[in-house]
Amino acid sequence: MNELINFVFGRLSLDYLPKDIITQVTVVVITVLGIAAVVAMFKFKLWKWVWKNWITSLDAKKIGVMYLIVAGIMLIRGVADALMIRAQQVLGSGGSGGEFISSDTFQQVFSAHGTIMIFFVAMGLMFGLINLVLPLMLGARDVAFPFLNSVSFWLFTMGMILVNMSLIVGGFSIGGWLGYPPLTELAYSPGPGVDYWIWALQIAGIGSLLSGINFLVTILKHRAPGMTMMKMPIFAWSVLVMVLLVIFAFPILTATLGMLGLDRLMGMHFFTSDFGGNPMMYINLIWAWGHPEVYILVLPAFGIFSEIVATYSRKKLFGYKTMVVALFAITFLSFTVWLHHFFTMGSGANVNAFFGITTMIIAIPTGVKIFNWLFTMYRGRISFKSPMLWFLAFVITFTIGGVTGVLLAVPGIDFQVHNSLFLVAHFHNVIIGGVVFGYLAAITYWFPKIFGFKLNERFGRYAAYCWTIGFMVAFLPLYALGFMGATRRLDHYDASTGWQVLFVVAGIGVLIIALGIFFQILQLVVSIWQRKKNLDLTGDPWNGRTLEWSVPSPAPFYNFAVTPVVTSRDPFWEEKQRLKISGEKSAKPEYKDIYLPKDSGMGIIIAGFGFLVCFGLIWHMWWLAVVGLIGAIVCIIIKTGDDDNEYKITAAEIELLDISNRRKKAAL
Amino acid sequence: MSLRQLTVAETGVQAEKLRQGPTALGFWIYLMTDLILFASLFATYIVLLHGTYGGPSGKDIFDMPFVLAETIILLTSSFVCGLTMIALRKANKQLVLVGLGVTFALGAAFLALELYEFTNLVIDGHSWQASAYLSAFFTLVGTHGAHIAVGLLWILVIAWQVFRRGFTKGVVRRLTSFSLFWHFLDLVWIFIFTIVYLMGVI
Amino acid sequence: MKKTAKVVAFLLVLAAVVVGSVFLLQGLNFDVINSQGEVANKERDLLFFTLGLSLIVVIPVFVMLIVFSLRYREGNKKKAVYKPDWDFNWVLETIWWGIPIVIIGILSVVTWISTHDLDPYKPLDSDVKPVSVQVVALQWKWLFIYPEQGVASVNLLQIPEKTPINFTITSDAPMNSLWIPSLGSQIYAMSGMSTKLHLMADTVGDYKGSSANISGEGFASMRFIARSSTQSDFDAWVAKLRSSNQTLDLVSYDKLAEPGAVSEPIGYRLGDPHLYDRIVLKYMMPPRQSGSHALPAKHGEHEMKNKDIQNMGAHNMDMMKMDGM
Repeated sequence: MNELINFVFGRLSLDYLPKDIITQVTVVVITVLGIAAVVAMFKFKLWKWVWKNWITSLDAKKIGVMYLIVAGIMLIRGVADALMIRAQQVLGSGGSGGEFISSDTFQQVFSAHGTIMIFFVAMGLMFGLINLVLPLMLGARDVAFPFLNSVSFWLFTMGMILVNMSLIVGGFSIGGWLGYPPLTELAYSPGPGVDYWIWALQIAGIGSLLSGINFLVTILKHRAPGMTMMKMPIFAWSVLVMVLLVIFAFPILTATLGMLGLDRLMGMHFFTSDFGGNPMMYINLIWAWGHPEVYILVLPAFGIFSEIVATYSRKKLFGYKTMVVALFAITFLSFTVWLHHFFTMGSGANVNAFFGITTMIIAIPTGVKIFNWLFTMYRGRISFKSPMLWFLAFVITFTIGGVTGVLLAVPGIDFQVHNSLFLVAHFHNVIIGGVVFGYLAAITYWFPKIFGFKLNERFGRYAAYCWTIGFMVAFLPLYALGFMGATRRLDHYDASTGWQVLFVVAGIGVLIIALGIFFQILQLVVSIWQRKKNLDLTGDPWNGRTLEWSVPSPAPFYNFAVTPVVTSRDPFWEEKQRLKISGEKSAKPEYKDIYLPKDSGMGIIIAGFGFLVCFGLIWHMWWLAVVGLIGAIVCIIIKTGDDDNEYKITAAEIELLDISNRRKKAAL
Repeated sequence: MSLRQLTVAETGVQAEKLRQGPTALGFWIYLMTDLILFASLFATYIVLLHGTYGGPSGKDIFDMPFVLAETIILLTSSFVCGLTMIALRKANKQLVLVGLGVTFALGAAFLALELYEFTNLVIDGHSWQASAYLSAFFTLVGTHGAHIAVGLLWILVIAWQVFRRGFTKGVVRRLTSFSLFWHFLDLVWIFIFTIVYLMGVI
Repeated sequence: MKKTAKVVAFLLVLAAVVVGSVFLLQGLNFDVINSQGEVANKERDLLFFTLGLSLIVVIPVFVMLIVFSLRYREGNKKKAVYKPDWDFNWVLETIWWGIPIVIIGILSVVTWISTHDLDPYKPLDSDVKPVSVQVVALQWKWLFIYPEQGVASVNLLQIPEKTPINFTITSDAPMNSLWIPSLGSQIYAMSGMSTKLHLMADTVGDYKGSSANISGEGFASMRFIARSSTQSDFDAWVAKLRSSNQTLDLVSYDKLAEPGAVSEPIGYRLGDPHLYDRIVLKYMMPPRQSGSHALPAKHGEHEMKNKDIQNMGAHNMDMMKMDGM
């Protein structure tokens, strides 16, 4: 009987349910909300609609929206984790006394915070936005492989579910977001937490890798006629270099996590301290992926700001060619600097100095980009809508982050502030200031294109103010704490250090950021409420420059009624100027048949089987892993064998749809 | 439209055209990512060469004539796969099926030999748990073996499709991709043969 | 009028922030800035130098950002020049590629020199004979072994002032990082190998020491006191420990190494002079061959260099080279 139970459930047992009260309450709330949502879906008969229009959809725009929803929810979880970290650190002065959460829980919380923010918030927002606008910008119908895109999204979502499932049963890794061994080896972490971390990242990482391939082919093969590489919008360039990084870096992550997984599942010794294993190899490998990863996140944000600054300054992007050169320089250099994450591991002075210098060199192309943005504003007509406020906040915070980055690049300085809160402040400076501000600006900027109405401007401004001020209050004290000798990931410290007051200030900062998020939620609610007032009927609310603004808002499912022909870098802007001068109306287009991919539920099914594999491996339920594997393979075979995967919209149908869209616009 | 059987002339043209198309490009990029995955495993293997923890190193456990036989079998299967692609250009269904059959048989033989080698090592007490070096050896060679297994499954599926549907656009596309995959695995094996086995016994 | 009010309000807020910050930060001890040792002093100077150099680029960025935002805003009454198609200028591009290149060039030279100067593996120049300390990171405490003095101490690093300290560091736990901010550089502590660190304290005082790398549940408790004292105080401390009735040998070590934090420092007389080597070795080869417990107890320093250890040492060197790839 016992054997049977062991076979069926592996090591899964009721002992793994959460023990501390905060997690228990969270789990109960999540479960209740989840059940309520499911019941509501049945009650209002929404399942069919959700399944038909969203889950099975291969439309990149819809997949993009789903990415944003998942990433948005995860942002809230990540910030909640941040609040718990700060609360514990405020109360943890003096060691004993006010303990808010246990050391073990605390370490799980910061590991989850880092993992979620990077993999499921930043990556999610990034892929979401790319899905939303990249095909439109390129004048394409869709991405190159729409079905693969759906698989990528669902793998990402399954990874997200795994991370959050650890909250309900089993707990999470305590190894930080990069899980250095030997701490994450069986000898020190025998429980399922590290396995959750490994397999959630593995499954989400494979999704990202597939997305990378997909977008690269999209950019190389699906540009509108006439759009040469040097006529591509700069955002497309930034995505191109980003996916190059994904393609070169993510296989390293897959291999590294795979080896750590084998250590834990099969008793191998890649990264154990004994049996000849080499944890330093893991640290090298994970950063060979990890450093490019931060550029993967920030490069598209650079692209977004390039579009936003040009649009709101009503001026061509300054130094387009040097911007492209700078992007490639950063891309190349990002593979030559990984060792700067462990100057303190005892490499020789020559090696440390070499990697320190390559790291500093990245500051040059990055600085060039900032100057080009500033001179895009110079002699422009800047309209300070909230995306521009995000841009201002970005330049300030990112520049501070850049300076502290150069400081950390000097090995002599890094020896002192490595792994201190100075470092934590630095990377939040570049990741929040660069990545998050960029994606939040992008959401406001492109929202009308996807949903057909603009976001409320006033609450958008409030959110931007709160995020910026909150950021400064939350992270500038951390620089000071780093100088005071505070290391990262401490849940308690001596009262005599005097750190508490700065932790309190930092905690207030997180609260201000949370207020900013509250304003964003409010903004969304109010905007939906008053959507009639903010409808975007022109399809071009910001006086845009690139192709996505030439189609109606919300963008039709077929993207372009007629494939556009491009002759310049800012095709839509040029076209508007031409029509304004000549006064003629745009000619009646010649409609052609369109082929679009048929929707498919296989994406979620394949990813679902992938989830079963991961869950089985985490809990040693081997039968489940085998079932999942076979299921996934069978589904892939069935799907790849299905060649009848497109449907046709005839020229006549397109004409009808397009003419009605044009009438609406003409009626303005 | 894509379910239509292609004519003989069209099959050749289609095979050529597909080499320029997005799927071929995407598949090439996928192969490159796989190559980087293998490169990571190779790098780890080289770093862990001395991590034998007092156990055997490559010199002590490799049987070179055996590995040479494996290599010849895999190279031959790659050669036959190439011939199959020529038969595809001529839209010769029977020859393609025979070619796929021979490729499969040789691939299966290779995999069987590899499993035999692994089993013997484990029986001799040199399992992947014995040392970091052996972990790296089993993982690197085993990952290649797992790819071969996927390739074998792929052959079965594609042969069935050729048998049932003949040469449709989709079938031709998948056959072309498969041949790339199979040659790629051959290339990776050459690296394994050189770096793991040859350099191991020297 | 309204504009003036806005500016005044902004300046008031700014002033409040400055005053508030000063108020908050006064009386706090910034160990890294308020450095107490040769290494930390140099690192602090390097920090300020690099910061100053970076400001050459940062200040113009901030100034331009503010000026351009105000001048070219849509609502500006004095209509500024508007050139929608002006998108390239060789002179400007040359300037903002050129100046950062020069700055990074200077910084690269400084980095090259300072990295060699501050290399943690480089012994410090001094006329005073250095003190050797062997450090073992445990779950979750620090063990300091003084092989020359024949004593050992947990969570208390007693050192004589103005004397170079040569640390060799290992770990019998997950990876840690030995950091004494007031004295300077940190370095990782890893099992099965030794890393090195060289520090020196200028003055007498108690300094904070900690682990800077997460190593499991009790990680935050891995604090120790780095106590810099006069030579005579140091000698007295050594003498006291030498007469201690607590002896650190393999048996008491195994007990100490069990996971758990230690609240008060512990002093030992060192029972086994090769304890450190045994701790390193036990990760490097199977116990059967030459594990810590099986090693003959009376090995001399030179005898430790048997073939196996040399091989393992070479292996370690290889790994270090790999890192530098």
